[in-house]
This record gives sequence, C-alpha cells and structure tokens, in this order.
Amino acid sequence: MSKDPANLLPLNAMHEEHGSKMVPFAGYSMPLQYSLGILGEHLHTRCKAGLFDVSHMGQAWIHGDRAAAFLETIVPGDIQGLREGQSRYSFLMNGLGGITDDLIVTNWGDKLGIVVNASRKDIDFSTIADALAGEATLEVLEEHSLLALQGPYASRVLELLGCTEANRMPFMSSAISAVGNIPVGLSRCGYTGEDGYELSIPNRSVATVAESIIASDAVKLAGLGARDTLRLEAGLCLYGKDLDEHTSPIEAGLGWTIPKHRRELGDFLGSERVLKDILLGPPIKRVGIFPSGRSPAREGTEIYTEGGDLVGKVTSGGYGPSVGQSIAMGYVSSEHSDEGTDILLSIRGKMVEGKVTKIPFHPHHYYL
Amino acid sequence: MSIKYSKDHEWLVIDGNIGTVGISNHAQEELGDIVFVELPQVGDIVGQGDEICIIESVKAASEVFAPCSGRVIEINEILDSNPQVINQSAEEEGWFYRLEISDLANLSELMDSEAYETFLLAGEE
Repeated sequence: MSKDPANLLPLNAMHEEHGSKMVPFAGYSMPLQYSLGILGEHLHTRCKAGLFDVSHMGQAWIHGDRAAAFLETIVPGDIQGLREGQSRYSFLMNGLGGITDDLIVTNWGDKLGIVVNASRKDIDFSTIADALAGEATLEVLEEHSLLALQGPYASRVLELLGCTEANRMPFMSSAISAVGNIPVGLSRCGYTGEDGYELSIPNRSVATVAESIIASDAVKLAGLGARDTLRLEAGLCLYGKDLDEHTSPIEAGLGWTIPKHRRELGDFLGSERVLKDILLGPPIKRVGIFPSGRSPAREGTEIYTEGGDLVGKVTSGGYGPSVGQSIAMGYVSSEHSDEGTDILLSIRGKMVEGKVTKIPFHPHHYYL
Repeated sequence: MSIKYSKDHEWLVIDGNIGTVGISNHAQEELGDIVFVELPQVGDIVGQGDEICIIESVKAASEVFAPCSGRVIEINEILDSNPQVINQSAEEEGWFYRLEISDLANLSELMDSEAYETFLLAGEE
C-alpha cells in the first residue's frame, strides 16, 4: 500500500503474511504492528517472548589492533577494557558534548562489533571512519539482518533451537552460536527491559531462523509500536526523542556508562562539557513523569511548575500497557527534577497535574 | 433508524431529532488499541465539522469531528473507565455521545453504509 521509496527488509514478505501494518521509518518499510496489535504484542513480550525485526539498524565491524583505542576518542565508555565476548552500551559524542548516537560495542575477539540506530547510520559511520584515522577499518555489514527475541521465554526458545550457550551467557555478553546449521552472532541484550537476545544473521538465512523461532508457541511477532511502549516503560532512551546532538550523557542520567578512568583522563570528544556537567551538576535532567488521569502526555508536551513557570518538555510519552497508566519521560531544569515534585503538563491547552517519578516505570528483568 | 457515516469516519444514528455518534469500525481498526477518549460535556453546542473529541490509541492522538450540528445531551460514561469498548464494539457499545440535532438539513453530505464501503475501497487504491 505504501508508495514511499522505502528499503524493504529481507523479511518483508513474512511481515506481510502475519498481517503487519507497514510504516516508513528511517528510510525503511517497517512493521508497526501485526494482527495481535501493539497492546497484545507488548503484554506477550513481557510474559512470554516477542520477536522483533530490527534489521534496519546499522551493524558494522571494526578491524585493527588499535580499533578500541581509536574508537575511544569519540566514545566515552570503556572499550579497551572489554573482554572478548563482552558488550557495552555507550555513545558517539560530538565536540560540544552532545550525543551523535547511542550504540552497543562488542569485543568479538579478532574485531569490534557495533550496532547503531537506523536513522543515524550515515553520520555514525562517517564519524567513526574519521576517528579511526586509517589506523583501523570500518566494515559495514549490509548483508546482515538483526532480530531481537525478548521476554522471559527467550532463553528456552533458543535452547530448544540448539543455541546451547544461550542460557549460560551473562547479560551484555556475546557469542557465535548457531540455529540449526546457520551461524548467528548472539548477544544477550535488548531494549525492552526484559531478558533477551539480539541475533545477527546473514540476510540469506534470516527467514529460516525467524520462521523456526516463531514456530514456538511462546513467541509472537512484535512491531515497532510495542518496541516503543516496552522501551518507554523500561525507561530506555530513544535517539531523536530522548537523546540528541544537544543532550549530554549526564543530563540524560547515563553517566554510569562513563567509567572513572575515562572521566579522569577526559580523553574523548566533548569531554569538556561532560566533565563540567559531572562536576557542577547538569542544568537539566531526564526524569520520569506520571501524568494524572488517563490522557497521554505525548512528545513535545510542555512542563510547568505549579507557579506557572515553563521548566521543561516531554520527550517520550504514552500509555504504558504493563504499568496500566499514562507515563512520560522528559527533561526539566535540575531544581525541579527531584522525585515527587509536583508539575503541570500542558496537554492540548489544558493544565494536567503530574508528578516527577523514578524510572524505570516497569522493573527490568535482565539476566544478571 | 439508519446509520450514516462521515468522510472523517464518524457514524451517526438518527432517531427523531436525536443523534448518536461514534467512530466507525474501520476507524477503530486503523487506530489500534484505544487507551483514552476525551469526550465533550453535556450542554456543549457543536457545529458540523468541529473537532469535538480526542482519541488516544497506543500509537497516537487523533481528533474526532462532529458529523452534524447540535447540543450534546448525553455522553457514554463507560468510555472513561474502559475505552477499549470502542475496539470491541465501535458501532454499538462504543458510542461517544448523543446530541439534539439543530439542523436536520445539513446531513446530506453523510453516506449510507453502502456508500461508505465504496468510499473506503476508493481510499485504499
């Protein structure tokens, strides 16, 4: 139905067979939801397992002995300290201490692997290539799809398919495994707040793997809609909404990704602002918000004090199916960021009461 | 009592000069899981085409327009606590509000079931 000149995913036919509603997203035609609907897919993922096609995301390898050292010039996480098979969440920084993108970096032994957001691929890959300064090489994986199997049943489903190492892997670790005779790069991570895995699979084999996963009664296909409500409940940031070129990791409450030795050395792009935010406290902070009543406070909703001063803006908001109420994340000036602070949300011209609350809204269930 | 549809996917059932309004089953399917509805208040005077309700689905917010002019005399209170009734029964249990129609003459733009079906099919091309 779509007339957009969007890239089709290798699994496009499978999505349509399962009643997907396709929407253009970051240049790709993506499944927003399947016949079960966003609510059903969300709840199924929380209690059993959901399979998400996230092949739009950018995957790449970085080759070279000094790849980690060069990547650390633009990434504030501990990349050189990653052991083989370990993965880490971090950022590509810009010179002003803002975030170019958030990403996962994995030590695959003979190389580093990265996964970046679809909408940021071009800028990310050119930024990284520049930072590597010819001392390491970036290989973009155009021929690999990415599936995310998320939920409490994920490890059992993979074990039954022959991924014997799946259940032994700690959270944020990666290994080469196989589904049948198809090799998959398996990482125990995800973006739903649940235990789960991401599987990097050659495009030519992805349909076979996906079909064998959804053959399990425990697994339902889930689309971008459920992915968004799940990550919001889990308090996880979406680039372009909760993070952008102006946000510092400290404002976003993600300072935990920057270890002590990197702060002391301050040897990454944008460190001046980041270190200042750590030292003096950031001017604004990301907070969770419970709007009163059922009306969602969508992205862009202005946040006021009870006295009527504009103090911030909602960056993600909607209904949390597992929380059972309206939830939102946004940035407010730091003096109004304490848990329990009463605020007002301007929703369609009406002031709705709200309260600053802690995130996540729904507890994480990682395998730790 | 026959059902009429607007191009904005509202339905209207007329009984004398009283109209009952909701959104079509097609609209409900397009919106997906509905989590909140902001209804007008009893006594509100509405004009045909006015934005009178807001529906929030898990996906996004959408406006609902008044299919005819009149004065609101009753709202469906169930939608406040259980908006999913709209997904389950858009054209019966999930009605939005009733109004006293002020001008029965301006209903000619509305479609009967058959014309609405044709309209939906045309939209898919």
